[in-house]
Amino acid sequence: MADLSINFAGIKSMNPFWLASGPPTNSGYQVQRAFEAGWGGAVWKTLGDPIVNVTSRFSALHYNGQRVAGFNNIELITDRPLDVNLREIAETKKKFPKQVIIASLMVEPVQEKWHEIVKKVEDVGVDGLELNFGCPHGMAERGMGSASGQVPELVEKQTSWAKEAAETPVIVKLTPNITDITATAYAASQGGADAISLINTINSLMGIDLDTWNTIPNVAGKGTHGGYCGPAVKPIALSMVGECARQTDSNIPISGIGGIGTWRDAAEFMLMGATGLQVCTAAMHHGFRIVEDMIDGLNNYLDEKGLASVMDLVGRSVPKYRDWGDLDLNHRVVARINQDQCIHCNKCHIACEDGAHQCIEMYTDKNGKPALKVREEDCVGCNLCSIVCPVDGAIDMIEKPGEEPMTWNERQALLNTL
Amino acid sequence: MRIPDTKENLWKNFDEVRADLKPKEVMEEVSRCLFCYDAPCTKACPTNINVPSFIKKIASGNMKGAAHVIMEANPMGATCARVCPTEELCEGACVLNDASLPIMIGDLQRHATNWAMKNHEPLFQPGKPNGKTVAIVGSGPAGLSAARELARYGFKVTVYEKKDKAGGLDTYGIVPFRLPQAISLWEVEQVESLGVAIHTNTEVGKDVQVETLMNDFDAVVLAVGMSDVPLLGIPGEDLDGVHDAIQFIEKVKDGHLTDRFIGKRAAVIGAGNTAIDAATCLKRLGAANVSMVYRRSEAEMTAYPFEYAFAKQDGIEFRWLTQPKSFIDDGLGHVARMECVRMKLGEIDASGRRRPEKVKNSEFYMDIDVVVKATGQVRYTSLIEAFGLENDHGIVKVNPETYQTSNPKVYAAGDVIFGNGSGEAMVVAAAEQGKKTARAIQEQMLSRI
Ligand SMILES: Cc1cc2nc3c(=O)[nH]c(=O)nc-3n(C[C@H](O)[C@H](O)[C@H](O)COP(=O)(O)OP(=O)(O)OC[C@H]3O[C@@H](n4cnc5c(N)ncnc54)[C@H](O)[C@@H]3O)c2cc1C
Ligand SMILES: Cc1cc2nc3c(=O)[nH]c(=O)nc-3n(C[C@H](O)[C@H](O)[C@H](O)COP(=O)(O)O)c2cc1C
Ligand code: SF4
Repeated sequence: MADLSINFAGIKSMNPFWLASGPPTNSGYQVQRAFEAGWGGAVWKTLGDPIVNVTSRFSALHYNGQRVAGFNNIELITDRPLDVNLREIAETKKKFPKQVIIASLMVEPVQEKWHEIVKKVEDVGVDGLELNFGCPHGMAERGMGSASGQVPELVEKQTSWAKEAAETPVIVKLTPNITDITATAYAASQGGADAISLINTINSLMGIDLDTWNTIPNVAGKGTHGGYCGPAVKPIALSMVGECARQTDSNIPISGIGGIGTWRDAAEFMLMGATGLQVCTAAMHHGFRIVEDMIDGLNNYLDEKGLASVMDLVGRSVPKYRDWGDLDLNHRVVARINQDQCIHCNKCHIACEDGAHQCIEMYTDKNGKPALKVREEDCVGCNLCSIVCPVDGAIDMIEKPGEEPMTWNERQALLNTL
Repeated sequence: MRIPDTKENLWKNFDEVRADLKPKEVMEEVSRCLFCYDAPCTKACPTNINVPSFIKKIASGNMKGAAHVIMEANPMGATCARVCPTEELCEGACVLNDASLPIMIGDLQRHATNWAMKNHEPLFQPGKPNGKTVAIVGSGPAGLSAARELARYGFKVTVYEKKDKAGGLDTYGIVPFRLPQAISLWEVEQVESLGVAIHTNTEVGKDVQVETLMNDFDAVVLAVGMSDVPLLGIPGEDLDGVHDAIQFIEKVKDGHLTDRFIGKRAAVIGAGNTAIDAATCLKRLGAANVSMVYRRSEAEMTAYPFEYAFAKQDGIEFRWLTQPKSFIDDGLGHVARMECVRMKLGEIDASGRRRPEKVKNSEFYMDIDVVVKATGQVRYTSLIEAFGLENDHGIVKVNPETYQTSNPKVYAAGDVIFGNGSGEAMVVAAAEQGKKTARAIQEQMLSRI
C-alpha cells in the first residue's frame, strides 16, 4: 500500500483526486456524497454574482458506439445564492474536516470585489481558492472567465488582488483558449499565485442537426459555442500541463485537469508534472464511484513500480518532454509485421500506400496464403501502420542501429562553426 | 471432440471446451459494458460480485484490483467463472440482453482470475487472531468459503476432508473439460495461505470423532455436501459395468482415464446435469454410442438448457419416457442388456411435475456394455444423526439467516442443506452460504465476548 497523500502548494490532501469545479460540486449534498465515495477534495462550483442558466446545456461526441468521447457545455457559474453555497460549504467542511474544499471564484475585474469574496469564503473555512479565468462562454461576454484569462496583465492583476486578501493558497485556473498557455501561467505566478490548474474547457461547437439545421445543443433554435472537455481533450491538456511544467523559470505546483477518467490518466498527468488532479466529465458520466478504481489502480501501480509515495511520480517525465530541436535526427525505427498475429485486414497496407510511404507489400506466401511485408529500407518509421492495426502485437516498431546521435540543434551549432 | 482410438489421445478430449478470451476480445467486451449503477448482474449473482467494478478495472488495466473484487465476493470466483449457469444468473440479467447481446461476464471473470493464478499475488491477509477456533467438516466450496472468511476475521480454522485432495466436487465432481482440477486446487491454496489447516484423508465420524470436534472447538461448520448416487433397487445393479455417476466422474476428473470404454454402448440413467456430465464424459472416453434414459419427458428434465444443447452437440441420444427394470448379465458377471419399460405422464405429483406411470406390457431390451446411474445423490444421514441435528430425510435444517442448526454450536452450509425446492445446488450458492455462515459465526461470537 503506497502513500497516496499529496501536499499541493501547502494544501494536504489524502489523495490527489479532486472533483473539478462543475455540476458535480454544485451542492453540499453532492460534495458530501463524493467524499463518502473517496474523493480527496472538491473545487466548489464557481461562486460569484448568481447568474441565470439556459436549459438544454450539454452535448456530447459519441464515437463509433462509445458514448461521451468528448463533452460540451454552455452552462455558466453557480446559479445558487452565495449565502446558500457558503452555508453548505461550512456544513460539508464540518462533516468532512479531512477532505479538501477549494472555493472557485469569478468576479468582475475590480479589486474590492475580489477582496470581498475572498474574505467571505475564507470565513467559512475553505482550504484554498481557485480563480476561474477560464470559462469560455457567457461569462467571457461580461469581461470575466476566459476574457480576462486570455490577457496576461489581467490575470496578474486579479491574482494579486486575490492574494492581497487571501490567507489560504491561491490557485489560478487557466484557459486553454490561448496560443501560449505558459504566458498566462507566468502572469499568474507574477501575480503571486501559489499554484495553477489547467485546463478549463476549450471553445467548441458539438454539431449541427441535419434535419432542423439547429446547433447542438440549441436553446429555442439558437446555439452558442460551448466548452469542450472529457476524454477527447486529454492530449491537449497533457501537453499544456507539460509546457507549464517544463518552464525553467518557475516551479509553481500544477493541478492537472482535462479528460482524466482512470488511474492511468492520473498517473500520466502526475508524471508530466501535476501534483494534484481534477475530474469533471468522468464523474458526470459514471458517478462518484469511479474514484474507487482510481485509488485502487494507482495504489497497485505504485506497488508494482516499488514506489512508496505518489509524490515520487510527480514530474518524472518532464525532462523527457523537449523542443523538437532536441530530438535525435539519426534515431531509426521501422515497422515489422508479425505474421503469426496478423489477421490480414490489410489496413496497414492501404494506410501506408495512401497515407505514408508505400512500403508495405501484399504478396502470396509459398503456401498460397496472403501475407504482408514491410520494405524496411523505405520505411520512415512513422507509426501509422501500427496505429491503424486492430490487433495488439501484430505490428512492432523495431529499433534499427543508426549513425551517431545528432539533434537539429546540434546540427545547426555544428554548421555555424563551419 | 475427436473419437479417441488409443489411450494416448483420450486426454485431449478433456481439455477445456471453451477457450480463454483473447486479449482483443477482452478489450472489446469490457468496452461494451455500460458500467450500470445498481447493476442487475451484481444483484443476480448469489455472491453479489460487483461486476461493473471488476470489468471497469480490467478496462483500466488494474488486473489485481479486478481479481480482488471477484475473489473478495466469491472465494470460488475462478471456478464459478467456468461452471456457473451464467445465462440464468449475471448474464441473464444483463441490460444488454434486450438492446444487443449480454456481456460475457463469466469469460471476463475467467480472464481476471487467470491473471491472479498466473501472477501469484496474495489477494487477502488473515485477520488478527481472536483466540476462537472453528472446525469445518468438508472442504467443498461451502467449507472453503467459510474457512477463508473465518480466517480473515481472525479465527483459527481447521478443515477436515475425507478425500485425498481438498475442494469437494470442484476437485472431484465437475467434469475437467469444464473445470480443470488445477483451478479448484488454486482456490484451495488461496485458503491455505491464510493459515487454514486442511487435514485431508481424515473422515469425521471415522478418523476423528464427532465428540472430539464438539469438545475441542468453539464452533463447527458441517459442509459435507451429498454422497453417492442412490440404489435404483432393481436386479443386476451389482454387475460389472454398472457405475455410479459421482464415482465415475471422480475417476475421470482425478486423471484415471481408461480405454475400457472405447467403442462401447453406454446408457446413462437420469437427465439432470450430472447425467449429462457422465454422458459427455463417456463420449469423450470413446464410447461408440451413449443413450440417456429418463422416465419423464424432455419438458421435465432438470438439466440446464445449455447443458442439454451441449449433450446434443456431443451426439448423445435421448430415450424419454423410459425406465430401466433390470440389468442382465453376459454370463460372466458383466452387464450385457438392460430391460426397460415405457412410461407415460399422469397427474401432477409433489415435485410439481407430471407423474410418470408404467405403460402395461411395453417392456423391451437394450443391448449395452456400460451403465452409469445418475439419479441424484444420497445424504450423509448417519453423520448428521451423530451430530444430533434436526433434519428432513438427511437435509439439515438451519436458520436461513444464520445457518445455525438445531444445535447452536453447529452451523451447516452447501449441499448438505440443499433440497426441497430451496434453490439450486450450485457452487456459487455453496460459496455464498459459506460466507454467510462465517459472518454469522463472527457476529455471534463477538456478541458473546
Ligand atoms: C457431477 C456434478 C456436476 C456439477 N456441475 C456443476 C456446475 O456445472 N455448476 C455448479 O454451479 N454446480 C455444479 N454442481 C453442483 C456443485 O458441485 C455443488 O453444489 C457444490 O459442490 C456443493 O458444495 P459443498 O461444499 O456443499 O459440497 P461438496 O462440493 O460436495 O463438498 C463436500 C466435501 O465434504 C467431504 N466430506 C463428506 N463427508 C465427510 C466427512 N464425514 N468427513 C470429512 N469430509 C467429508 C467430501 O469429500 C467433499 O469434499 C455439480 C455437481 C455434480 C455432482
Ligand atoms: C457542465 C460543466 C460545467 C463546468 N463549470 C465550471 C465552472 O463553473 N467553473 C470552472 O472552473 N470550470 C467549470 N467546468 C470545467 C471543469 O472544471 C474542467 O476544467 C473541464 O471540464 C475539464 O475537465 P474534464 O475533462 O475532467 O471534464 C465545467 C465543466 C462542465 C462540463
Ligand atoms: S440529467 Fe437530470 S436534470 Fe438533466 S435532463 Fe436528465 S433528469 Fe433533467
